[in-house]
Amino acid sequence: MRTMSTWMFALVACVVAAAVFFFVPFIGKILGWGDYIYIASYTVLQYVVLATAWNILGGYTGYVNFGSAAFFAVGTYTTVFFHKLYPLPIPILVVLAAVVGGLIGLGMGYLTLRLRGAFFSIATLAMAVVLQTLIVNWDFVGGSRGAYVIRPASIVLFDSYIQYLFVIMLALVVIAVTVARTIERSALGYGFAAIRDDELAAEASGVPTLKLKLIATALSGAFMGMAGAPFPYFIGFLQPSGVFGLEYAVNSIAMPIIGGTATWIGPLVGAILLGTLQQVATVTISSAVNVLMVGLLLVFFVIVAPNGLVGVVQNLFRKKPGAPS
Amino acid sequence: MSAPILEVSGLGKRFGGFVALENIDLKVAPGERLGLIGPNGSGKSTLVNCICGTLINDTGTVQFNDRDLKGLITHERTRLGMARSFQLPRPFFSMTIADNIRVPLLYTLNAHRSEEQIAARCNELLGLVGLAGKATQFPRDLTQVDMRKLELARAMAVEPKLLIADEAMAGLSGSEVTDIVNLLITLNERGITVILIEHIMSAVMQFSQRLVVLVSGKKIADGAPDIVIRDPEVERAYLGQ
Amino acid sequence: MPFDLLVSALVAGVLLGGFYAAVTVGISIAFGILDIVNIAHPAFIILGSYIAYILNAQFGIDPVIAGIIALPAFYVLGAAVYQVYYVSFEKRGKEALSGLAFFFGLLFITEVLLILQFGVDYRYVQAGYIDNNLGKFLGLSQSLPKLIAELPMRMLVPCVMSILMFGVLLIVIKRTFIGRAIMAVSQDALALQLMGADPVRIKRIAFAISIATAAMAGAFLIIIQPVEPSVGREYIGRVFAICVLGGMGSLTGTLIAAVLLGVAESLTATFYGPSWAPAVSFGLLLLTLAFRPSGIMGR
Repeated sequence: MRTMSTWMFALVACVVAAAVFFFVPFIGKILGWGDYIYIASYTVLQYVVLATAWNILGGYTGYVNFGSAAFFAVGTYTTVFFHKLYPLPIPILVVLAAVVGGLIGLGMGYLTLRLRGAFFSIATLAMAVVLQTLIVNWDFVGGSRGAYVIRPASIVLFDSYIQYLFVIMLALVVIAVTVARTIERSALGYGFAAIRDDELAAEASGVPTLKLKLIATALSGAFMGMAGAPFPYFIGFLQPSGVFGLEYAVNSIAMPIIGGTATWIGPLVGAILLGTLQQVATVTISSAVNVLMVGLLLVFFVIVAPNGLVGVVQNLFRKKPGAPS
Repeated sequence: MSAPILEVSGLGKRFGGFVALENIDLKVAPGERLGLIGPNGSGKSTLVNCICGTLINDTGTVQFNDRDLKGLITHERTRLGMARSFQLPRPFFSMTIADNIRVPLLYTLNAHRSEEQIAARCNELLGLVGLAGKATQFPRDLTQVDMRKLELARAMAVEPKLLIADEAMAGLSGSEVTDIVNLLITLNERGITVILIEHIMSAVMQFSQRLVVLVSGKKIADGAPDIVIRDPEVERAYLGQ
Repeated sequence: MPFDLLVSALVAGVLLGGFYAAVTVGISIAFGILDIVNIAHPAFIILGSYIAYILNAQFGIDPVIAGIIALPAFYVLGAAVYQVYYVSFEKRGKEALSGLAFFFGLLFITEVLLILQFGVDYRYVQAGYIDNNLGKFLGLSQSLPKLIAELPMRMLVPCVMSILMFGVLLIVIKRTFIGRAIMAVSQDALALQLMGADPVRIKRIAFAISIATAAMAGAFLIIIQPVEPSVGREYIGRVFAICVLGGMGSLTGTLIAAVLLGVAESLTATFYGPSWAPAVSFGLLLLTLAFRPSGIMGR
């Protein structure tokens, strides 16, 4: 596993994704959820992309982005914008959203990343409020009233449109996770980790810290934008208060931290567990309780298990009797 | 003196109203072993930080290999062949000892190295400082002296022409100090110019070919160690503390 | 008349700025002096608003008095939060990522608990002066100049009380042993040891004071405007913009920056519409970070 090449990993990821694709309808049948299984799975997969994207910046370089919801919203509103101009296929919208998200990440980073990490975090927090202000005041994309995005009734090759969206999100998961894993094992990953551990020592070791941080913010922003691009077609009616909502901001931080931020596995595990839990929970409890649960888990994990579930599992294996600690 | 590898001229640095360095001139010849001493707060570390680009000097210039370093940030200076070790060791705590060395190996040489070459160079450097058996350990498991050695190995990994060792021996025992001094002399014999900033006088005297003394941000002496050490002004600065 | 409009916008801005000073002073202490990035501070302020609301609605207590009543509880809350923060993050050297996530979690927990308890309806307080202007309140509508007589009490009271609180804090910081120790904790740990003070204890006290100010700021907020749980998020950008612009931990700088932001927002709201006001703080924050990160009173 450690030495598996990127292409090999991508292949395995595709096989796993294909298995998920064939497996999910069965779970739907067992639970009696029908097409709802696609809605639930889509949401979980969307969180996998968001969590992985957040982790590229937050987990690898240690710069905390509080504005995930804003980057996600940028992706969704890119789609709304182009939908109003000229309907484009979703894969193209995903690319456009990635470009816009990446550019905003780059801009944010350029203005604040020369300073201490906390300033970047605060700026992202403030940015979420302001982007929301901009969207609310921008009538072309619906303003505060929101925007309807009517999805086509059918789509070639797929049983239903929701299945199509599910497959797109599955593909985004494969791309995001593969990219994250590749970064981790490349020179870029070593540079990111050096920045996270000690920026001054990283510079003294020849690591161009500002450039690397900008790469991380741009990549992270791009993937968050991508995660948002199909969303208008998924939800049908889009409101600023919804896409800038609490769930996205808190989940994309909580999921990697609960899973473990050091590797690509953490956000994947965290998002699948927490996302599934929430999907099951929304059936029974309100969304506010949902956010409360995530917030409590987040605080619990940073205090008790700062290396997340992955760290907990690693510790279990490391502490074999007789082995040197 | 042949053409200096490092030439600092008229360097000054202020923090608000406090003058940390004033009009510092310093030339270091290639292959030289220079000792830099001075009481606490005399500006030694500030000078190192100005030379390495961690701080930006208000006045004066720093030239390295006849190149003005103005506007170059730390990693660019590192890539030109200027390495430093930190006063307090600053390893990358989440990485193994070997990976600590990999970072500079990945980021400093322009020519692309193969995975095998990097691993080989990494082993070589760890062997040089005597950490070969600890490649897979983490920095938090190291003793103070091993931490210092890691710091020097990481600095060496940038293939420096000049190494600035900022208090590489603080807090070490007598035999450990000798270890590090010998290590620094070995590095010097391989053609690397070394500036040693140090409080432990026996180490400085053993190591240095030339001694520079800073007091209150000014250079007050520069010359052969045994002469400088008997300079009345230097004696006064140290006794006056 | 545009000139009248300008003058009244300026006056409103100054009043707003006084209030912003009270909102920000806690952050100036926590972030500026102690280097604790307490992004949950606005959530504590909203908590303060709801306590003022409860005391006002249940017992008819004046909101300002309610804020003062809540002070000790908030002080204890602050001390407890710092203790958790210190043991879990500062001591382990993990304040960067984990510490930020901790406060982020607190922000959401506080907000959601308030939503679960009170819903998302706007709540407000009642007091005799709130819907009056200064002239009517004093019964001097005729004899005072129009500009002064028309000062709205709902803005004037929080502003004056804010400045009062600010003055008290300034005296505490400048004149008392604890105050000097708090300033020393950020600048000179050695001096602190020579004073014989335990840095952790000093930081705990300082952080507790910082959270205590949220009780007052929350009461002022609910006098100015009706409050619902998510209102706090609008203040995140504001408080940090003011703190950074004021020069991180300089209390005088905080006051100046607060008034500057108040005026800038008031002018924006008057001439471009209130829905654009939140963007002002963000713009100001980014400009400050990009061009003068040390702030207007920066060292």
